[in-house]
Amino acid sequence: MVPFAGYEMPIQYEGITAEHLWTRSSAGLFDVSHMGQLGLVGPAGPNADGVRQAADALEALVPGDISELSEGRMRYSLLLNEAGGVLDDLIITNTGRSIALVVNGAVKWDDIAHLREHLPDEITLTHFDENALLALQGPQAADVLATLVPAACDLVFMTSAFFDWDGIPLWISRSGYTGEDGFEIAVPGEHVETLANALIANERVRPIGLGARDSLRLEAGLPLYGHDLTPKTDPVSAGLKFALSKSRRAIPEIDNETGGWMGQEPVMQAFDDGPKQRRIGLLVDGRMPAREGAEVYAGEDQVGVVTSGGFSPTLEQPIAMAYVDTQHAAKGTALEIAVRKKRLAATVSPMPFVQHKYFRGS
Amino acid sequence: MPRYFTDEHEWIDVEGESATVGITDYAQEQLGDIVFVELPDVGAPLDKGGDAAVVESVKAASDVYAPITGEVTEANGALEDEPALVNSSPEEDGWFFRMTIGDTAELEGLMDGKAYKAFIDGL
Repeated sequence: MVPFAGYEMPIQYEGITAEHLWTRSSAGLFDVSHMGQLGLVGPAGPNADGVRQAADALEALVPGDISELSEGRMRYSLLLNEAGGVLDDLIITNTGRSIALVVNGAVKWDDIAHLREHLPDEITLTHFDENALLALQGPQAADVLATLVPAACDLVFMTSAFFDWDGIPLWISRSGYTGEDGFEIAVPGEHVETLANALIANERVRPIGLGARDSLRLEAGLPLYGHDLTPKTDPVSAGLKFALSKSRRAIPEIDNETGGWMGQEPVMQAFDDGPKQRRIGLLVDGRMPAREGAEVYAGEDQVGVVTSGGFSPTLEQPIAMAYVDTQHAAKGTALEIAVRKKRLAATVSPMPFVQHKYFRGS
Repeated sequence: MPRYFTDEHEWIDVEGESATVGITDYAQEQLGDIVFVELPDVGAPLDKGGDAAVVESVKAASDVYAPITGEVTEANGALEDEPALVNSSPEEDGWFFRMTIGDTAELEGLMDGKAYKAFIDGL
């Protein structure tokens, strides 16, 4: 157990490699209750009008098209500062009752302060801190969840709905942080143990700790906030252009209430000019992992730095994410990483390292 | 063949003028799945308490320190192909390196098996 974001969290149960491979082949259960669950509602209340008011207001702070999200749909987005730096990455959902935000545990209090400071007072922000959050991930996740909540399996990737399980209210989304098909399940804290026990009672499910959560998301090419994304990185360098909704890229003639978002000018400048650096994947030769902070070289010149790295249990070789100068970011570029006194050969690789298996409908 | 232990969780077997060094079962359990071991070169001089090797687990890199002063005479090549030997057989097949004993007096400051067990029971 380790302290993380004010919680005591398990690094591992039976071992990171075993847990990682189990998630890729069966189903892993993650307790991610440290993540912040927030809800925004406008003055019209918890209904379609109140949701639209909240969506419109939130659009001033994120580059995604939120007002166009229909009920149940969710979108990956970013909280940006004035300079276009990333304050957090988050999932935004129109639940029909509110605009729900699931944010990173380590910065949730900063996010709340940022939202409260910049959203109009008429927008109500609720922190669902009595809610727990479980993630069930892996190729068997849907079959397992079907034994408890059959209707949840009608969800496709990046959609969500409310369900009832033996009188316990659940909010389930088909999403996750492993690259696998799977679900995140919000449940009142007093019932989470019952739900977790019901899931783990299935022999296809094992509990998974923070260590495998990190190695799974790294293989999936998903950035980790605080490491691969920081206030010093912008969405364009980070390879998150998809989070800049097309309808929201044009800079409005007059600021405010006309569609602009915080950080838009510097971000769109980088978008138009091309970024100086880019977040890339690296396949590392040999077995020695290159970790966060390791310098990346092209010949004698340092051209970047590793922001997260480790050993991939699926590929059985070290992999890493790094920011490197754009001219060295092309797929297949041979680079070197300095680890202690050695130089490790590495090749720029497309991400994900391990193919995503999201369920988009049968 | 006496075996000694350090408070950094290395073990050291002394056989005449040579010593074999590895990490303890307790240490491998703490580290988790080991994916790579960086061993010192043969001939490298080691100082007691100084860096001798690095163990890479899935989650982190950890230093292994020289339990005594001396010179590396052999590294366990088996760990190159199968670093998981450190997990499966930490105190036998998963040994790290052999070294000369620069100063036998340094051995006196180390723990014996009984003292080490008491040490980890107290952690």
